[in-house]
Amino acid sequence: MFKKILIANRGEIALRIIRTCKEMGIKTVAVYSKADTDSLHVRFADEAVCIGPAASSESYLNIPNIIAAAEITNSDAIHPGYGFLAENSNFSKICNENHIKFIGASPKMIDGMGDKASAKETMKKAGVPTIPGSVGIIPSFKECQKIAAKIGYPIMLKATAGGGGKGMRLVWEEAVLEDAWNSARKESKAAFGNNGMYMEKFIEDPRHIEIQIIGDSKGQAAHLSERDCSIQRRHQKLAEETPSPFMTKKLRKEMGDAAIRAAESVKYEGVGTVEFLVDKHRDFYFMEMNTRIQVEHPITEEVIDYDLIKEQIKVAAGIEISGKNHEPKLHAIECRINAEDPENDFRPCPGLITNFHAPGGHGIRIDTHVYANYMIPPFYDSMIAKVITVAQTREEAIGKMERALDEFIVEGIKTTIPFHQKLMKNEDFRKGNYTTKFMETFEM
Amino acid sequence: MDLKDIQELIKFVAKSGATEVDLEIDNVKISIKSPPKKKRGEVDEITTIIQQTPAQVVAAPQAVVPPVTSNTDTLATSTNADSSTSDETDYITIKASMIGTFYRSLSPEDPPFVNVGDTIKEGETLCIIEAMKLFNEIESEVSGKIIKVLADDSTPIEFDQPLFLVDPS
Repeated sequence: MFKKILIANRGEIALRIIRTCKEMGIKTVAVYSKADTDSLHVRFADEAVCIGPAASSESYLNIPNIIAAAEITNSDAIHPGYGFLAENSNFSKICNENHIKFIGASPKMIDGMGDKASAKETMKKAGVPTIPGSVGIIPSFKECQKIAAKIGYPIMLKATAGGGGKGMRLVWEEAVLEDAWNSARKESKAAFGNNGMYMEKFIEDPRHIEIQIIGDSKGQAAHLSERDCSIQRRHQKLAEETPSPFMTKKLRKEMGDAAIRAAESVKYEGVGTVEFLVDKHRDFYFMEMNTRIQVEHPITEEVIDYDLIKEQIKVAAGIEISGKNHEPKLHAIECRINAEDPENDFRPCPGLITNFHAPGGHGIRIDTHVYANYMIPPFYDSMIAKVITVAQTREEAIGKMERALDEFIVEGIKTTIPFHQKLMKNEDFRKGNYTTKFMETFEM
Repeated sequence: MDLKDIQELIKFVAKSGATEVDLEIDNVKISIKSPPKKKRGEVDEITTIIQQTPAQVVAAPQAVVPPVTSNTDTLATSTNADSSTSDETDYITIKASMIGTFYRSLSPEDPPFVNVGDTIKEGETLCIIEAMKLFNEIESEVSGKIIKVLADDSTPIEFDQPLFLVDPS
């Protein structure tokens, strides 16, 4: 087992990792930028090394400084947390070269899953359902017709050189396909100088449901069930829950098995998440795989009663997993509290927290790095706390979240607590009736 | 000496930055050792050994405090701070721009690159910071006189850690 782990991150996740390390008897090294001198993770670690000025590029993303910090503290492993260097294959490689264990995926794994096209191919080979689509550029309208018929309507025509929604057409039936094909190509040519098109099945009313997996060095993998992360604004998750209100035992088995196939086919080691889009027919399609611990991991921990960071460290140390899958025994919800003003388009509001009182009591968990008189630096992401509730039923978990949010006092800055309070009262949310389109029509 | 006095003493020693203190007050011998460089956020590991002889402690002890032994550079810093003149505010502190092990000379056999009192020119090598098996020669960005060496030889240093105090005049 590792003797000393350097945590190459900041904020709540750094604190989260330090806590588990303390329980495991592993010494901890915090690294921090000048802007984070008074940060909680710096105080809780056994040692701390300043690694650069405020800018992330010169501190938390500064590979030479982080490796040097590991060297002077004699750390035998580095935990990258999430974000920053967690899925940087170069960093993973450099750790290997410096004989420091990177608690995350191998460089090959990170690159394999980072490239969307190759990840899709890998999943296809493993028998994981992927979004049906054309292979490469569509050579002619005739081919376009054939592919569309094979995939089944509705389909999306997309410009290969495309972006910003240009050169995209949503086609519901064959009768309008030719018109769509011609106009999309014309628009694409005008905007990008390239009229090459490809096609993908249009997923109606998709839900974002991901499966937590864990794999060990012996090539064995297991799944720890799903998390529903459909409540998103501009592709940023706001709240998550497990089990998904849309899940069935059958679907969980199918998705879980697919995720395990994905993990075992690449001999995945460590914790990872396979993200799927699930349509209204409960057909699921591979979206992407994240080769790191995720922000929303606490809800899985609460319903299956496992410390995922501990499992991650154990696997990295070469310990085998039991191979058992886990289903949720309880219901958990997480609300991400950001230093943003939900009444003003979620504008970021860094600054001094003058008053701070976190909720508590049965079934409440707070993962946070902030405290009263803490100055939120403007250089990093705006998340200041995660409120997690767990209860025997979904209704009770929502009730606990309402109670917790009412108790939560953060003064001096604006937070998204009012948004989450509205979310918990929202009829569609309470019915479990929401997709990734939910935030488009949500009003504060 | 009662427990409260000893606690106050330990706090005082920690604040002073001294690394080793040996005291003998009446029949009580106190030895306090703390690590040479405390990084911010690092938990203070102060080893305190208190030996009390069985003899009764006198109510109002006459405290005889021998000179405090400590790292000369730190001591120099504190005495200078006491006798600070307006000149000190014009001094420049050269800080580390990288992380690694600080060496004052090219090798253990070689003399230090610079010593207190030396005049240095911009671009002159002041020290070495070693990281990942690479020895980086750190060049001065200013010219002037070395007033103080603020880091110990062969110790780990972090970003922005003060290395040298220079009088640029």
